[in-house]
Amino acid sequence: MLGLNKKDTSLLIVVALLTMLAPFILNPFPEGSAMAQFNAGYPDLMQRFVIFGIFAIGFNILFGLTGYLSFGHAAFLGVGSYSAVWMFKLLSYNVVPAIALSVVVAGLFSLLIGFVSLRRSGIYFSILTLAFAQMSFALAYSVLSNPKFNLTNGETGLQVYADDPQILQGANAPDLPHLFGLPMRSTYTMDLGAWSFDFNAGYYLCAVVLMVVFYLAIRIFRSPFGMMLRAVKSNQQRMNYTGLNSKPYMLAAFVISGMYAGLAGGLMAAMDPLAGAERMQWTASGEVVLMTILGGTGTLIGPVLGAGFIKYFENIFSKINDNVLHSWFSFLPDGLEDAVVFVIHPFIGKGWHLTLGILFMLVVIYLPGGLVEGGQRLRGWFRRKKKGADDAPSGKTEPAE
Amino acid sequence: MAILRVKDVSKRFGGLKALSDVNLSVEENSVHAIIGPNGAGKSTLLNCLVGKLMPDTGSVLFDNNSVLGLEPFQINQMGISRVFQTPEIFGELTVMENMLIPIFAMRDGAFRMHAYETIASEKGIVEQAEVMLEEMNMVDKREMHAASLSRGDKRRLEIGMCLSQNPRLLLLDEPTAGMARADTNNTIDLLKQIKEERDITIAIIEHDMHVVFSLAERITVLAQGTPLVEDTPENIRGHPKVREAYLGEAA
Repeated sequence: MLGLNKKDTSLLIVVALLTMLAPFILNPFPEGSAMAQFNAGYPDLMQRFVIFGIFAIGFNILFGLTGYLSFGHAAFLGVGSYSAVWMFKLLSYNVVPAIALSVVVAGLFSLLIGFVSLRRSGIYFSILTLAFAQMSFALAYSVLSNPKFNLTNGETGLQVYADDPQILQGANAPDLPHLFGLPMRSTYTMDLGAWSFDFNAGYYLCAVVLMVVFYLAIRIFRSPFGMMLRAVKSNQQRMNYTGLNSKPYMLAAFVISGMYAGLAGGLMAAMDPLAGAERMQWTASGEVVLMTILGGTGTLIGPVLGAGFIKYFENIFSKINDNVLHSWFSFLPDGLEDAVVFVIHPFIGKGWHLTLGILFMLVVIYLPGGLVEGGQRLRGWFRRKKKGADDAPSGKTEPAE
Repeated sequence: MAILRVKDVSKRFGGLKALSDVNLSVEENSVHAIIGPNGAGKSTLLNCLVGKLMPDTGSVLFDNNSVLGLEPFQINQMGISRVFQTPEIFGELTVMENMLIPIFAMRDGAFRMHAYETIASEKGIVEQAEVMLEEMNMVDKREMHAASLSRGDKRRLEIGMCLSQNPRLLLLDEPTAGMARADTNNTIDLLKQIKEERDITIAIIEHDMHVVFSLAERITVLAQGTPLVEDTPENIRGHPKVREAYLGEAA
């Protein structure tokens, strides 16, 4: 289907089902129950899952295929957000031109940074991208925000004000980001017994975009171009002696992944018309590296899983506090209950980074292929177990004969 | 006609004169070996031919075009393929993919953004790769990762990748270094077969006299950065200067 082989088609269908049914899948616990705090099916978080999934898919095209580790991809995300908000300010609140411009501007910006950074490889490339991203952060945070020339609005962040031109904004159009009149914030809540599910317009826009760019990523992975990118990672010397110029291949991969990041930034601004410099900080660049490695570098679905995993942790795990713990362990004797809570305390709430760090270490050490490898191993284990169960009876009959 | 002409090439590394006034020409459709003791400058010379090193003086002409100052990929696109001392292949890719890449490079040039097509849709190229795998006797290994091949198979694959581009000149840098006798003989047979079946010029740098004397039609002996003699294998064998500089050690 769509020029994909059977395996890739089923992967695409799985992703489509997961994203389309996410409001159900992420809200498995009834409203008001003790487990309800683990529900992740509210619009804001679902949007973030998908947006960071897009960011990580793009990052993986560079890192997973060519092995070039960029530590500055958040700069492209930030540039995408700023471009989108500028479109809101100048044209209208329609998200289409905003997202389009964010992709274009991030592409151009990554062409510039990539051209310079790709003169070096390995750790020097990483350092160059990091330096560029931090420079971009500094530019956005202070340099490009002064009374004479205010491009980024500095610390406050870029936002739309009432006196902005918005020359194409119609009189009846919603006064917040919308898709040809459909506001991104509009949410339909479906109540089913004790459960409640949110269907948010913004989320579904992001989900459709995710599916499109995921499909494009599959095409790139399976194309001759994708094979050349893997060749860059495998043996650049052989590549050059085979008559291939590895530079433009890497630059193309860099720009494509930069455009994915810009798209993610644009969507972020479309969900909430605000762009701040902190989106460009090096911690944000590091986060996408973590997502990709955690999910499975060089795999198609891995980065999406990694993004979901980290965002879930950030938003859900961090909400668990001591009160919640006490309620969980209230069945224990008093002294023991306090002791257990005391032990777990550093790993929850604000300490979620600690738990994430430990999990990350475990994954890198025991599952170098990330969550995807974990899934594959689990499947293999089940298969062997099933096969073993099938074999067992025949093993018993043999001696009888 | 000489396909490769090296004129007055010198190369210095600091105080060390690696090559001094090397003159050499490789005739079209011949097998030309360059031998010499360790440190004679064989590898330096080779690197000057493929764009890895820039000689200080002199010129290198391939088919009457200068290759100096060109990048390795440009020199390859002119029709020179290089086999390395330790096989340089795409270890993480499958044998089939290894074979596809040079064929794509030959058809599409140094760069092409074919990001939306699938590999399977490039039927002509897949077919060519299959033919080449067949010729290299590696059809049954096509889905294996190249890194997991045996040393001899890696060498075979690398030679096959070079040949798939139909190069006019094949450069081999000690192709049997570190190989067991059986693998060495296989490689010799493979090269002989290649020579018989195609119009190709082979320039080979080699340590192993057995390989040199079973393949070469002309031999240049390099010592201390200068060519000592150039002659047919029979004459080289008995040459007193060569014995002194090179074979003498073994005799």
